[in-house]
Amino acid sequence: MKNKLPAFPYIVWMVAFIVVPLFLVVYFAFTSEEGGFTLDNLVKISQYTPIFVKSINLAIIATLICFVLAYPIAYILSRSTERYQRTMILLVMLPMWMNFLLRTYGWMTLLENEGLINKFLGLLHIGPFQMINTAGAVVLGMVYNYLPFMILPLYSVMAKIDQSMIEAAQDLGCNAVKVIIKVLMPLSLPGIITGVTMVFVPSVSTFVISRMLGGGQNMLIGDLIEQQFIGSTYNPYVGSAMSLILMVIMLVIMGIMSSFDDDEMEGLVI
Amino acid sequence: MKKWVTILTAVLLCFTCLQVSALDVRAEDTVTIKVYNWGEYISDGSDDSMDVIKEFEAQYPGIKVSYTTYATNEELYAKLRSGSASYDVIVPSDYMISRMIAEDMLEPLDFSNIPNFADIDDTFKNPQYDPENEYSVPYTWGTVGIIYNTTMVEGTVDSWEVLWDPQYTGQILMFNNSRDAFGIAEKLLGFSQNTTDVKELEQAAEKLKEQKMVLQAYVMDEIFDKMSNGEAALAPYYAGDFFIMQEDNPDLAFAVPKEGTNLFVDAMVIPKGTEHKKEAETFINFMLEPDIGLANIEFIGYSTPLKTVKSMLDEEVLNDGISYPSQEILDKCESFVNLPDELNRYMDELWVDIRASGSSSVIELIFLFAVILGLGGALIIYLRRRNR
Repeated sequence: MKNKLPAFPYIVWMVAFIVVPLFLVVYFAFTSEEGGFTLDNLVKISQYTPIFVKSINLAIIATLICFVLAYPIAYILSRSTERYQRTMILLVMLPMWMNFLLRTYGWMTLLENEGLINKFLGLLHIGPFQMINTAGAVVLGMVYNYLPFMILPLYSVMAKIDQSMIEAAQDLGCNAVKVIIKVLMPLSLPGIITGVTMVFVPSVSTFVISRMLGGGQNMLIGDLIEQQFIGSTYNPYVGSAMSLILMVIMLVIMGIMSSFDDDEMEGLVI
Repeated sequence: MKKWVTILTAVLLCFTCLQVSALDVRAEDTVTIKVYNWGEYISDGSDDSMDVIKEFEAQYPGIKVSYTTYATNEELYAKLRSGSASYDVIVPSDYMISRMIAEDMLEPLDFSNIPNFADIDDTFKNPQYDPENEYSVPYTWGTVGIIYNTTMVEGTVDSWEVLWDPQYTGQILMFNNSRDAFGIAEKLLGFSQNTTDVKELEQAAEKLKEQKMVLQAYVMDEIFDKMSNGEAALAPYYAGDFFIMQEDNPDLAFAVPKEGTNLFVDAMVIPKGTEHKKEAETFINFMLEPDIGLANIEFIGYSTPLKTVKSMLDEEVLNDGISYPSQEILDKCESFVNLPDELNRYMDELWVDIRASGSSSVIELIFLFAVILGLGGALIIYLRRRNR
């Protein structure tokens, strides 16, 4: 593209709503209330390390579960008839047409002690089980909400893998495990990286899921940041510092992930 | 030709005169005041109620009302602070009013324009948040009490102590907001809800940490669902909202604890920078008229500070002890005032500590290290193989 004019509207958008806010976050993170430069905000955050660790752990678990669920289904989808593929993809996307908050609210009524699942189990004289207000419920909420973001990139990468590649590997004596490790995995790596990114990033920064399904006791980074901005104390300085650290953590993890695959990044463009 | 020009000029002049005078009339006669209130916080004509705004405009043809709503005190504060909008009448809560007074954001009222103020009950005059009563006129009030399910809770509920009762482990809900949560612990310990003593604050935090063992969850709006469908047995919440929950679940009851509680007041004030102070005061005065006050209170479901309106209410409402607790209990109640920034922040830190406590952080740390090591190891192996 020699003529860059058509990109202009988006560049304006990007500067106004992405670059400037990003700059403000960095600026506030290093500013004290009196307006001078300070590192206090960042030092203060060290007391919240357990919350950071917990958030990252839960996000990692959710990402792993998403991957385990999504990888086989994405493969099966990419090898089936076109009509079947279209229907299945529609079904994967369908929940996303409904508001995210409503879906999480729905899980609340399902998981409660007096909720639908426990009532049903009660009929069979099992339980009741404590499901809501646990870390497990938070992970479940993350998996449920972000699973489509794992399936779709994996599927679109796998759909491009030629069936003859797999057949060739089988002809040359690979068993099923070796086909997956030596052929399928390397070829679908861009999709894996995109999927992991798209599940991990929103999971680690969520605050609605942890509040609704975690009962306010499973506090995550998102809750902490929210409290700084619209809680009883208005403290954008510490809030920005937390956001900054969160962004750095994400960048590092994404950096590690993408170094697995340094030449083929087409999966990222989905 | 000259004649024509003269006539034309004369006619034109006449028109300009007319227009000027027409404009003058409008400027003199119609003023628009901007009222910014909580959502669903005025009788608006739905369900056969009185449309208060329409009524006001009919009675004062020279004043038009532009009415908008907000959801939280913080939202209102942010809007005024940023200067993105100006208003003539706003209705913040107690602690926000004291903050706005401290930050010189409010206009002192001319009470000679608000003669109906005389009808306000003495309990609500000269409140803690506006000690000289220069800036605010109470609109509604209410208390925080304990909502409980009578089929799940035995005996009478009359103390905050019940929210710490191990008998109801896993069935108790608590406020997910630091100020309200600390307020309850402070009342239970016999402190003021506006204490600035760090030691007392720390004791309250200790008490709240103890409570975590018996709690089901920290909630705000989710409480409506959880109390209505019997998911939880006990929860502290605002009296006005209790009636909404009771409609869904008649087993629910409300108790105002004997230790006293938080009495919240939403009051009408005029922010600095208003251009129509007199009209704004006329509006405030109008809201205190008995029939208007009655219509509003019946619509909103909170309690009224107006003596005449109170005397017009049903005996049943007055005596159930929910909307209008006895004077004995009211004497032990407090309204929130704004705390110093430093203290607010410390309270928030303690609050995070309470909510995040009890998680096994060592195991989690080990898990995280294992994952990082695994990921790093995989990367190294992968890169080596590639290079080969």
